[in-house]
Amino acid sequence: MPGAWYLTLASILFVVGAVGLLVRRNVLVMFMCVELMLNAVNLTFVTFARMLDDIGGQIVVFFVLVVAAAEVVVGLGIIVAIFRRRAGATADDISLLKG
Amino acid sequence: MLDIVWLLPALPLLGFGVLLLSGRRLGDPRAGWLATTMVAGSFAVAAVVCAGLFLRSPEHRVFTQTLFDWIPAGGLRVAVGFRVDPLSITMALFITGVSTLIHLYSVGYMHGDDNFSKFFLYLNLFVFSMLMLVLANNFVLTFLGWEGVGACSYFLISFWFERNSAAVAGKKAFVTNRVGDFGFLLGMFLIFAKLGSLDYGTVFSHVNALSSGTATAIGLLLFLGAVGKSAQLPLYIWLPDAMEGPTPVSALIHAATMVTAGVFLMARINPILFRGPDTLTVIAIVGAATAFYAATIACAQDDIKKVLAYSTISQLGYMFLAIGSGAYVAAIFHMITHAFFKALLFLGAGSVMHGMHDEQNMKKMGALRKFMPITAGTFIVAWLAIAGVPPFAGFWSKDEILINAWDKSPILWLVGFVTALLTAYYMSRQVFLVFFGKPRWEEADAKAPEEAEAKPEHEPAATEGAAADAPTTSDAPSSSGAHGAHGDFRPHESPWTMALPLVVLALLSAVGGALNLPINHSTEFLTRWLDPLFGNRLHEVTASTGLKWILFALTLGVVALGITLAYGVYLKHRVREDALEPSVLRHAWYFDGFVGALVDGPGRLAAVWSAYVFDRKIIDGAVNGVATLVRNTGTNVRRVQTGFVRNYALGVAAGAVVLFAFIVFRTA
Repeated sequence: MPGAWYLTLASILFVVGAVGLLVRRNVLVMFMCVELMLNAVNLTFVTFARMLDDIGGQIVVFFVLVVAAAEVVVGLGIIVAIFRRRAGATADDISLLKG
Repeated sequence: MLDIVWLLPALPLLGFGVLLLSGRRLGDPRAGWLATTMVAGSFAVAAVVCAGLFLRSPEHRVFTQTLFDWIPAGGLRVAVGFRVDPLSITMALFITGVSTLIHLYSVGYMHGDDNFSKFFLYLNLFVFSMLMLVLANNFVLTFLGWEGVGACSYFLISFWFERNSAAVAGKKAFVTNRVGDFGFLLGMFLIFAKLGSLDYGTVFSHVNALSSGTATAIGLLLFLGAVGKSAQLPLYIWLPDAMEGPTPVSALIHAATMVTAGVFLMARINPILFRGPDTLTVIAIVGAATAFYAATIACAQDDIKKVLAYSTISQLGYMFLAIGSGAYVAAIFHMITHAFFKALLFLGAGSVMHGMHDEQNMKKMGALRKFMPITAGTFIVAWLAIAGVPPFAGFWSKDEILINAWDKSPILWLVGFVTALLTAYYMSRQVFLVFFGKPRWEEADAKAPEEAEAKPEHEPAATEGAAADAPTTSDAPSSSGAHGAHGDFRPHESPWTMALPLVVLALLSAVGGALNLPINHSTEFLTRWLDPLFGNRLHEVTASTGLKWILFALTLGVVALGITLAYGVYLKHRVREDALEPSVLRHAWYFDGFVGALVDGPGRLAAVWSAYVFDRKIIDGAVNGVATLVRNTGTNVRRVQTGFVRNYALGVAAGAVVLFAFIVFRTA
C-alpha cells in the first residue's frame, strides 16, 4: 500500500510541527512549525485524493494554501510589530493578556 | 333599553374627570351640583335599565354587555363587561338613589369647606367604583371596584387630614382592609386554578366541577374579603374609627353602600356557597356573633356617630346571618332598608352635630326636638325603623332574617333575638339622650342653644367652614364674633338641600317594608324579583305559620322591652346610667387594645425577626452567597488565562488529542 508511506511522512511532519510549536520559544520558529503542520495536512489531503480517486482533496489543499498565505501575512505583520517594540521575539516574554 | 347600562358607571366617571380637571374652577356650589347631577343621571339610567329588565320574562333576566378585552393574558381573559341581573340592578338602583340624596345633602353640608370640589371628586369616584363592583361580570372587575371603593374610603376618612386622628383612622381602614383583600385575591386564584375562568357566567355554570372541599375553601377565602370590607368580627375595628370622616361619607360609604359590598359578594357567589355548605354555617355564626357583639358596645358609647357605627356593624352582622341561613333575599332586603334608615340616621346625626357646633357627645345634648323639628322627626322615623317597630321598614326585613335564622338553628335565632332587644335599647337610648329629656348643653356651651334655636336643624353650612378653620382662628375675637352672629350668614345656606334628603329617606324608611311584605306570595316583590337568581339555593322557610306568629310576637315584645328599658333609664332615671355603661363596653371589650397589643407585641417581634434575621441572614445570605461563590470561582479560574501563547497551544493540542481519542474509542 504505497499511500501508507505518504501518510506516515505526513504524521511525522505534523508531530514535528506540533512538538516544535510547544517547545520552542522563538516566535518565528513557532510560526514555521505552524506552517509545517498545515503542509503535513495538505500532504494527507493529496494522498487521500489520489487513493480515493477524488479531486475534492486537491481542491481543499488550494483552500488551505490560500488561508495559510493570509495567515502568513497577518502573522508576519504581528512579528514585525513585536520586533519593532523589543529586542527579541521570545514567546514567553509576551503575556500582556494574563488574567 | 338594556344597552345603555355602560352609562351607569360612565356618568360618575365623567363627573370625576371633569372635577379632576376643573373642579377648583367650578368652585363651591357648582362642583357639588355637577357631581349630584351625574349621580342623579346614573340613577335615571338605572331606573330605565331596571324597567327594561322587568319587561323580560323572569328566566331571561340576565343581560351581559362586554365593552372590551381588558387583560388578554394567555389562558386568562378578563373583559370589561357588565352583568345586569335582578341582583346587580337592585344594588345599582339603591346605590345611585341613596348616593344622589347624600350628594344633595353634601352640597349644603360641605359648603364653605376649603376642599369642596375635592370632596365631590372623591364621592363621584366612589360611586363609579361601587357601580363597577356590583355591575361587573367577572371577579377581577369586581375586585377593581372593590379596591376602588376601598381607596375612596381611605381618601374620605382622612379627608380632614390635618387632624392626626383622621389621618390615622384612614390608614387603619386601609391596612385592615388589606387583610380581607388578601383573602379575596387567594379566592380568585383558586377559582382560576380550578376552573380556568373568572367570568361569573362561566364559573357559576361550571360550579359542579369543583369538589365540595374546594368550594368551601373558595367560599371561606372570599368571605374573608367580605369580613374585611363589611367590618365583621374580627376585622371590624376600622369602621368605628372611620367616623373621623365627614358625616355624609359615614352615611354613604360606611353605612349604606360600601360596607354592604361584602354581603353583595356573598349573594353573588351563592352557587359556590351552595356547593360548599360549611361556609354558610361559618358565615351565619360570624354574622350572629358580630351582630350581638357590636350591639353590646353600641349600648355604652357616648359619641353620637360611634353608636351608629357599632349599630352598622351589628346590622351587617344580621345580613350575614341571613346569608348564612341561605336567606339571600332577606339579606338584600335588609341591606336596602338599612341603607335607607342608617343613611338617614347619619345625616340626622350630622345635622345635630352642626346644630350643636360639632358636639358629638350625646351626654351634652338633650331636648333638641324643640330646636330641630325636621331632624328630630326624621330621626325618630329612622329610630323606629331600625328598632323594628311595625310598620316601619326595618321591622319587616329583620323579622324575615330572624325566621330564617330559626330554621338554620334556634341558637342563631336566639342571638339575633337578643340583638333585636339591644338594638331597640341602644337606639332608644340615643334618641332619648339627644332629642328628649332636659337640655344638658348649658353647662357645656352657653352660646350653643341660642344658635340652635335661631337656626333650627340643617344650618351647618358656615359652621362647617368655621369648624375647619377652627384650629387656626378660634382664638381670634373676630372669629368668635362670627360664630355668635352665625345667623347673619344665612344667605350661604341652602337648607332645602339638606332637609330634602332627610325627608325622602324618612319616607323610604317608613314604607320600605312594602318591597317584600310577607302577607302572601304576590306581595313579596323582592323575593319574586330575585328568585331566578337563587332558585333552589334560596332557603324556603319551613317553620309553621303558628310558630312564625309566636316568633313574631316575641320579637315585638322584645323590641317594646328594649324601648321601655331605655325609657326607664334615660328619661325616668330609675337606674343610674353609669351602671348600664360598664367600662368594658365603653372600650369595646378592649378588643382594639387587644389587637394593638397583638400587633405591637408578637406582631412586632415577627416583623423584627423577619427583617433582621430572615431577611438579612437567609434572603440576603442566599443572594450574597451566590455572588461570593461566583466571585471566588472567577478568582480561581482566572489563573488559567496565563497570557503565554504556548500554554494556549498546549491546551488546543490536548483538546485535539482528547477529541481524537474520544472519536477513536467511540468507533472502536
